Amino acid sequence: MILVVLISVLFLGGVLAWLSEGFDAKFPRVIALAAVVIDLLIMLSLLAVPESAESAWIVSLNAQWMPNFGISFHLAADGLSVLLLLLTGFLGVIAIGSAWNEITERVGFFYFSLLWTLAGVVGVFTALDLFLFFFFWEVMLIPMYFIIAVWGHENKNYAAMKFFIFTQVTGMLMLVSILLLAYFHYVQFGWFSFDYLDLLKVNMSSRIEMWVMLGFFIAFTTKLPSFPFHSWLPDAHSQAPTAGSVILAGVLLKTGAYGLIRFAIPLFPHASMQFAPIAMTLAVISILYCAKVAFAQTDIKRLIAYTSVSHMGFVLLGIYAWNAQALQGAVMTMLAHGLSAAALFMLAGGLQHRIHTRNMQDMGGFWAKVPRMSFVALFFSIAALGMPGLGNFVGEFLALLGAFKANITLTVLAAFGLIFASVYSLWVIQKVFHGEYKNTDFDDAQLSDLSRREMFYFAAMMLGLIWMGMYPQSFLDLSEATLSNLLSVTQGVVSSVVQQ
Amino acid sequence: MIMTLDDLNPLMPLLIVTATAIIAMLMIGIRRSYLLTGAIAITGLLIAAIVAATMMSYTNQQLTPLLIIDQYSLFFTLLICAAAMFIAILSFPYFFNLDDHKEEYYLLLVVATIGAIVMVSSNHFVSALLGLETLSMSLYGMVAYPLHSKNAAKYPLEAAVKYLVLSGVASAFIVFGMALVYAQTGSLSFSSLLDVSGSANGLSDSYSIIALLLITAGMAFKLSLAPFHLWTPDVYEGSPLPATGYLATIGKAAMFVLMLRFIITSEALSFPSIVMVFSLLAAASILAGNLLALSQDNLKRILAYSSIAHMGYLLLAVIASYSTEGSISIEAVTFYLLAYVIMSLGAFAVASVISSSEKEFDAVSDYRGLFWRNPWLAASFMTMLLSLAGIPLTIGFIGKFYLFLAGVEAGLWALLAVLVIGSGIGLYYYLRIVYQMLMPEDESLRYRIAGIESLSSYGVIAVLVFLLLLLGIYPAPVMSIVASVSAYL
Repeated sequence: MILVVLISVLFLGGVLAWLSEGFDAKFPRVIALAAVVIDLLIMLSLLAVPESAESAWIVSLNAQWMPNFGISFHLAADGLSVLLLLLTGFLGVIAIGSAWNEITERVGFFYFSLLWTLAGVVGVFTALDLFLFFFFWEVMLIPMYFIIAVWGHENKNYAAMKFFIFTQVTGMLMLVSILLLAYFHYVQFGWFSFDYLDLLKVNMSSRIEMWVMLGFFIAFTTKLPSFPFHSWLPDAHSQAPTAGSVILAGVLLKTGAYGLIRFAIPLFPHASMQFAPIAMTLAVISILYCAKVAFAQTDIKRLIAYTSVSHMGFVLLGIYAWNAQALQGAVMTMLAHGLSAAALFMLAGGLQHRIHTRNMQDMGGFWAKVPRMSFVALFFSIAALGMPGLGNFVGEFLALLGAFKANITLTVLAAFGLIFASVYSLWVIQKVFHGEYKNTDFDDAQLSDLSRREMFYFAAMMLGLIWMGMYPQSFLDLSEATLSNLLSVTQGVVSSVVQQ
Repeated sequence: MIMTLDDLNPLMPLLIVTATAIIAMLMIGIRRSYLLTGAIAITGLLIAAIVAATMMSYTNQQLTPLLIIDQYSLFFTLLICAAAMFIAILSFPYFFNLDDHKEEYYLLLVVATIGAIVMVSSNHFVSALLGLETLSMSLYGMVAYPLHSKNAAKYPLEAAVKYLVLSGVASAFIVFGMALVYAQTGSLSFSSLLDVSGSANGLSDSYSIIALLLITAGMAFKLSLAPFHLWTPDVYEGSPLPATGYLATIGKAAMFVLMLRFIITSEALSFPSIVMVFSLLAAASILAGNLLALSQDNLKRILAYSSIAHMGYLLLAVIASYSTEGSISIEAVTFYLLAYVIMSLGAFAVASVISSSEKEFDAVSDYRGLFWRNPWLAASFMTMLLSLAGIPLTIGFIGKFYLFLAGVEAGLWALLAVLVIGSGIGLYYYLRIVYQMLMPEDESLRYRIAGIESLSSYGVIAVLVFLLLLLGIYPAPVMSIVASVSAYL
């Protein structure tokens, strides 16, 4: 029941925020913040639920929805879900904070879209019925489309359309796969079911399993995104308003990784293990190629977007290595990247809000002018490049460590990504914040340092990254049960494939 | 066969609609009143819809060789009467300022509905043709209705003549095909062509195939399946909006039900070549409809092309019906037709609310900034468009889910791939309209409502949006109804 509350608070909060605009333009953001904070508190309360011996699910709810097809309203959360829910709630607050003064037009509809996106994400992280999962998967798209299309920048129509078509078309492939899976369940057991726990038992011939798995894989790697399905991301990020980027980079991308961990591999262990070398190769290409492309960007938001793809490559690498360390590393990277990428996009958005350009060629020497902002940028750049002591390092290190056991060549290649990351991160710092300050190419009348409110948000994210880096065990413990559970489910299959 | 008065009971919906037409006609003779004629038509259709709904649980009867009144035909009688009633309500403000006699429009609308009801209840060539022609003849009138008006917004004459000529040709094809089938089976009732071909006194298989091809071509014309779709965008664009709505929803749905009944009874899909033809028609319609809609700037033309694509989607489920067990494909067709009627009707309703017979707002750019001027109307329109695109929370998604399920069960991989590609392309032009509505207002384009504003039209839109979302979020009850009526086919 608590999960239904979690989702409906966001849905209802969104509607209320929209309606309240009629009374006062300040109401929507307050209502939105209240809704997300309530959600965050509920999510925290999930941590206090005592562990039960017989099931890994902390909370679950199963109600009939469309009994003709065995579709149920099945929500459940385990350690992995809770971790990602906390990330969603936390970044939800941050996103509202970053929009607080930036969004001045159509505020009601903005917060409505923001909260509905979050509601979709919460649904994705908790749905255990595949039809319901697909439902939420699509629900988070439309409000995100609105966010980019209405409050975006100069080329918003193109970016929003591209985002929508990429995710929707690949989503449809996933729908076909889901239906195939349900149909095979029908053939095997005589009744339709879309329930995750039922579908885990379906057996398929290996050729069909591969095709069905690919439907899921393409949908999830488009969202992740990974090479070759990543081209929507730089456009979406460079055009989206800051809050949109925060949600997109921090949370939406993680739904793809979550889908791979929860669905793509456990449902199709055989095909996934056969496919793993290809997936890991794609991951390495993402890491290296997108790091290289990032280095060539002049648009600061596009640059951060490409680095996102590069870092998510480590997640993909870790997931397909499919062992305890690698998976823990993937999850840690998801969390840490959620914070660091969101922070970097907020900084870029803040800069654009102040000087109305994203072109790095025009920038330089900002340290003298805005020292606090420069320090924050340095901190998150260093976090992103994987400095020991911060969360990203733990994640990427564990992912590489685990991947080393699975495939040495690819891991060695992927490790070069860390070097590239240092190059482009420090290059940005040097280009934008060091050197001589000149304001010939832009209007610096509004170039002010971070306000106290902004500092508060950044400080919270910094604390989060330091905590992850210094005491990762507190996060690893939460996801440990889930991951070892998933590993044990696929144990037999994995060893048989590896032996072949 | 001796008929008693009791035998007429199953015909109640049809008789009520017929009586409505007669009463309305007499009423016009006594006193010309636009309001009164409209009220008679709307009330009559409402009563017929309610009666059809109450009869659904127990009526299942072949009435004379011509008509079959079973749950399936009653389900669509209900749908058609309700949709016709909604269109009648929408027509009222639209034609309010027409500088010509307006009352007879309702007469045509009700008579067209009689034809549609006969079509969904027929399993005999004679009744099928009678129903089809009654519907088409009335539609020519509805399309050309504002002909004598000096301020007519569009080109009703061009549209009507085009529709008349091409539809006449299509009917001729169907009649010729029927004659060949009759030569084969010796019966004008729908019956299996498969048994006849095999038996000694039947003609050869190729003969049946030619007959089926002729009928298919004619029906494809009426359903505007590619490559028989060329008339559709012109007729849609030239007709007054409520008539376009009628043509696009009831006209298509009735024709589709008739085709479905014919194909299933005649076992047309057991001929591999016919399956091939249907698959090509489906793929061509999905691709042509979606691709041609991309470059259109007129809302009615976009909806015309999108209806071509939707007919292609539906055809996929029809093809699947031959190789799936049970009635899942029939359920898919039935549910998708229901969804299609609701969402297209909704889209036409929004357009006709802000238009009138003198001024139609049907360019995509007319909708610029609508979301900020009239958020409720624009939000309704968006839900309709997103539903047409098959996005969750709407009935269009559940419909598409059904189609995918039927396709997966039948293993129609190539067509499913076309469906995915087609839907992907479709997103573009639906979103383009959504994006126009989200753009900032253009001050030079002062928004106004052409004609008069009518609260009842907004009521229609509200009901349609409610249905669209309700059936998109909690479709289980309607799913069981659809499953039970589909079992009768």
